[in-house]
Amino acid sequence: MIWNDHETMPREKLRALQLERLQKLVARVYDKVPYYRGKMDEAGVKPEDIRTLEDIRHLPFTTKEDLRKNYPFGLFTVPMDDIVRLHASSGTTGKPTVVGYTKEDIKLWAGLMARSLSAAGVTSKDIIQNAYGYGLFTGGLGAHYGAEELGATVIPISGGQTKRQITIMRDFGSTVLLSTPSYAMNLAEVMIESGVDPADLPLRVGVFGAEPWSEGMRHDLEKRLQIKAVDIYGLSEIIGPGVAVECIEEQNGLHIFEDHFLPEIVDQNTFEPLPTGETGELVFTTLTKTAFPVIRYRTKDISRLSDAPCSCSRTTLRMPKVSGRTDDMLIIRGVNVFPSQIEQVLMSIEGVEPHYMIIVDRQGAMDTMEVQVEVSENIFSDEIKDMVSITKRIQADIKDLIGSTCKITLVEPKTIKRSEGKAQRVIDKRKI
Amino acid sequence: MQVEQIAIFLENRAGRLAEITSTLAENGINIRALSLADTADFGILRLIVNDIDKASQILKDHGFTVGKTEVLVVEVPDQPGGLAGALSAVNNARLNIEYMYAFSQRSGKSGLIIFRFDDQEAATKVFQKAGLRILNGEEVYAI
Repeated sequence: MIWNDHETMPREKLRALQLERLQKLVARVYDKVPYYRGKMDEAGVKPEDIRTLEDIRHLPFTTKEDLRKNYPFGLFTVPMDDIVRLHASSGTTGKPTVVGYTKEDIKLWAGLMARSLSAAGVTSKDIIQNAYGYGLFTGGLGAHYGAEELGATVIPISGGQTKRQITIMRDFGSTVLLSTPSYAMNLAEVMIESGVDPADLPLRVGVFGAEPWSEGMRHDLEKRLQIKAVDIYGLSEIIGPGVAVECIEEQNGLHIFEDHFLPEIVDQNTFEPLPTGETGELVFTTLTKTAFPVIRYRTKDISRLSDAPCSCSRTTLRMPKVSGRTDDMLIIRGVNVFPSQIEQVLMSIEGVEPHYMIIVDRQGAMDTMEVQVEVSENIFSDEIKDMVSITKRIQADIKDLIGSTCKITLVEPKTIKRSEGKAQRVIDKRKI
Repeated sequence: MQVEQIAIFLENRAGRLAEITSTLAENGINIRALSLADTADFGILRLIVNDIDKASQILKDHGFTVGKTEVLVVEVPDQPGGLAGALSAVNNARLNIEYMYAFSQRSGKSGLIIFRFDDQEAATKVFQKAGLRILNGEEVYAI
């Protein structure tokens, strides 16, 4: 369902709105944030140089590094008095990045999240089990406010306590699950183990995000949980969840809420803007956020933009599921590989479980990759030759993808750690 | 005429086999016959036990991947040439053996050979024609 008439705006009108908002934004950050002003002066660009949307290419990028340099509040445009909420990234790869919201920002975010849920077919009649983590992570509270804005019933259960999740899902009659896809898979598995048949539950839609996942994973989740699985995209630096979402009508590419976020795709190496349709790094400019706007933020997520019309009547650009982050990209003997591509290979083989671990190492000068796959009853045979032929098949399919042979190790069930939020799929021993 | 066997997937890790046998022991399961097929990376343990359903449930509860397969258990005379006779019948009928293992009985009069064929039915007929006795499940589980 269309939540806001901006979603179906004619493209020309939308572009005019974007330009007006962009010009205001650039003038404001130039005025309020010394760091942005310094970078723009260095690049020799003034706010009045932004005359068309294409002129955005003259503005400097913002990266995670810029956010860290200004840790914690250096890029805020308002005094702390006006900030009502802070969120932060986990900081596993360095200092965390901190984002702040004014009251208006929170309202805006709730509206965007309500829009996202509505696009996923969720209505005020739904009971939403929100299993995104609550806390500094934007997932939990972001989805929560959106669900309330939509008028649905929210169960703020957060992540973890898997058995309890299932009891509550059954007893409260949850119709919608919000979580990471890997956690949804964990839930599905524990559900079967506890003798709960997903077909007996009223659960009908899952809105999954916060980590890359494959089409194969989608089909598997839909089959196991008997739901429609919809992809949602967002990142804390931009606002949190609610930047883009798939529509339930097509489940084919995420509609970007362009009236608030201006997307660009840039070349991964030269950072030059690429034309619509080409694959590269996603870059976003927030057009309407107050406390912590970002200009041309390099997300490190790989995708592309599509202007193909959609049957849901939204006029926004769409981006296909993010195949991976440049951070997660593995380079195996010079070939770029995303864990989600390996996942797609595994999921295309009947009976193979969606639990896997990729272990990358180096022997001498050669990269080695091992993929651990759990042996489920579906692929288990009492004959060695059958088991060997499964490993050979996985090996051959991966070789088609990356051009080199990796080792496939069959492991016992439950050996691979189950996700309670963002799944860890790769152990790269080369860095140690 | 077929006998049920359970097969268990084993990673090549220290102590896994001991874990299975002690789990079965704690639950009063008696192992009648056993074979372990292994590769460099993993193994498949095949067992004939006194209570197939119970054993398979217990092992599943302990997180093992368990499968059930039907096998043929054939009695051959416990003397030189006893097995050779059975195998030449198989060979003459051009049957493919997927795997086999053997154990001898306490009496010492006959040995038992456990076979898995790609065509179990055809194999049954061949053994019958050769005059070899095929044991049924009850007999084997109760040995």
